[in-house]
Amino acid sequence: MDSIQKNLLAQVADLHEVPEGAYNIRANGAGVSRNTTANIDIVTKTDKDGIDIIIKPGTKNESVHIPVVLSQSGIQESVYNDFYIGEDADVTIVAGCGIHNCGVDTSKHAGIHTFYLEKNAKVRYVEKHYGEGDGNGENIMDPVTIVHLAENAHLEMETTQIKGIDSTIRVTKGDLAEGAFLEVREKIMTHGKQYAKTDFAIDMNGENCKCNLISRSVAKGNSKQEFFSVMNGNAACSGHSECDAIIMDGACVTASPQLTANNIDANLIHEAAIGKIAGEQLIKLMTLGLTEQEAEEQIIQGFLK
Amino acid sequence: MLELKNISYEVDGNKEIIKDISVKIEDHFVAITGPNGGGKSTLAKIIAGIVTPTGGQILLDGEDITGLNITERAKKGISFAFQQPVHFKGLTVKDLITIAAGKPMSVTEICQILSEVGLCAREYVNREINNSLSGGELKRIEIAMIKARGTKLSIFDEPEAGIDLWSFNSLIKVFEKMRDEINGTILIISHQERILNIADKIIVIADGKLENVGTKEEVLPGLLHKATACSTLVEKNER
Repeated sequence: MDSIQKNLLAQVADLHEVPEGAYNIRANGAGVSRNTTANIDIVTKTDKDGIDIIIKPGTKNESVHIPVVLSQSGIQESVYNDFYIGEDADVTIVAGCGIHNCGVDTSKHAGIHTFYLEKNAKVRYVEKHYGEGDGNGENIMDPVTIVHLAENAHLEMETTQIKGIDSTIRVTKGDLAEGAFLEVREKIMTHGKQYAKTDFAIDMNGENCKCNLISRSVAKGNSKQEFFSVMNGNAACSGHSECDAIIMDGACVTASPQLTANNIDANLIHEAAIGKIAGEQLIKLMTLGLTEQEAEEQIIQGFLK
Repeated sequence: MLELKNISYEVDGNKEIIKDISVKIEDHFVAITGPNGGGKSTLAKIIAGIVTPTGGQILLDGEDITGLNITERAKKGISFAFQQPVHFKGLTVKDLITIAAGKPMSVTEICQILSEVGLCAREYVNREINNSLSGGELKRIEIAMIKARGTKLSIFDEPEAGIDLWSFNSLIKVFEKMRDEINGTILIISHQERILNIADKIIVIADGKLENVGTKEEVLPGLLHKATACSTLVEKNER
């Protein structure tokens, strides 16, 4: 791996060296290194590009890292990764994609991740998207995450895109069985002429399942963001979605939540707020000795923390 | 020492909010009082640089700071505690105290400051500054930020506003303690007799004008007798 790729890895997966536990590192369209453990197997797909990650029932406190880096301008790929998480397993999965594009061609990565969580399985899924490069080539990422949660399964997903992605359409779909829990925390910052669209669609099918979607975003420059969420309460369940955006300069943000209750005991809430940084927040921090620009940076950093 | 020279502030070109106020603030603990709407908060904001006066001069230790912005004045040693503490999504008590102190702060140092304003420290350090905190808690954090800065001039805009009587009683103790401990000048806008009682000097502002300046012995008797009460009620009584 060269230094550009190493830097991308550090950005998307906080990896400074080879991770502990299972991992699969993909660079410029091909796998470069892999490690499996007694409980976690990683198998290359034969019918299409991608891998299967198979986690044995009862696996506890293990982690899987599957970062992707693109440092050649113009690579365009769709990668299908499927995660099979056995009963009672409790694991952390770190994905993420970093693009370094200093050419003129468009680099594009679409990671289509499907999770099958068996009963009582618990997963913390962390995903970061990052782009850089001084060329005119565009960086595009279109991640798709599909989650199937069996009885009492539990998935917490943190997804972050702070920098350098020119266009992204982020699709997350899920279905929840009895007692299942899904939480998605999304953080997005766009600048320049970037475009980011978030599309959630969750079916809450089982009794007492719970879903919590939290999106926080900052739109700067002339960037454009759209937030769509569809939450269907098909049983006695509770769902909450929240979309909070700071808008700056000439940016544009749309929030379009949709809640459908198909059951009288479905309890669904949506909160959406879009607005600029409050003047009094800036003034408060300035009275503590920060310049207006420093105050703005602190507020954004805290908001996206 | 802070000196205001002929400070005035008008809006829409004719409505005067502050009318030609000149006063020297050189004592350790100075209270500004007077009826609501009389211009006290505006004057405090003019000192902190949040509101720009339409006339007059502000001198801090002899230096003309009239043209300096909020940040520059903060760096010169002016702190300002808001009447309505501001909410921040995502920023924690620790973040704000650290920004206020202007240097990295250990949890122990932050706890020390928080306990000085009567907050049981550890449980607050990582709390977000949002509406999950009560009015009294936010006020205390606001005061803690001023303590963390430790500047030569600390301005408090009605610290008692919007908090319950019980919280207020313990807040008074915080100010009594601060009076004994803080170096520099404390300028506090207040209606509370207990605050006025511990002031070295009291400034009375009414209808945008400086109405009186003096020790509490000089000022308080006049204040308590003067009909700063609602004029409609006074007229009713007279009838």
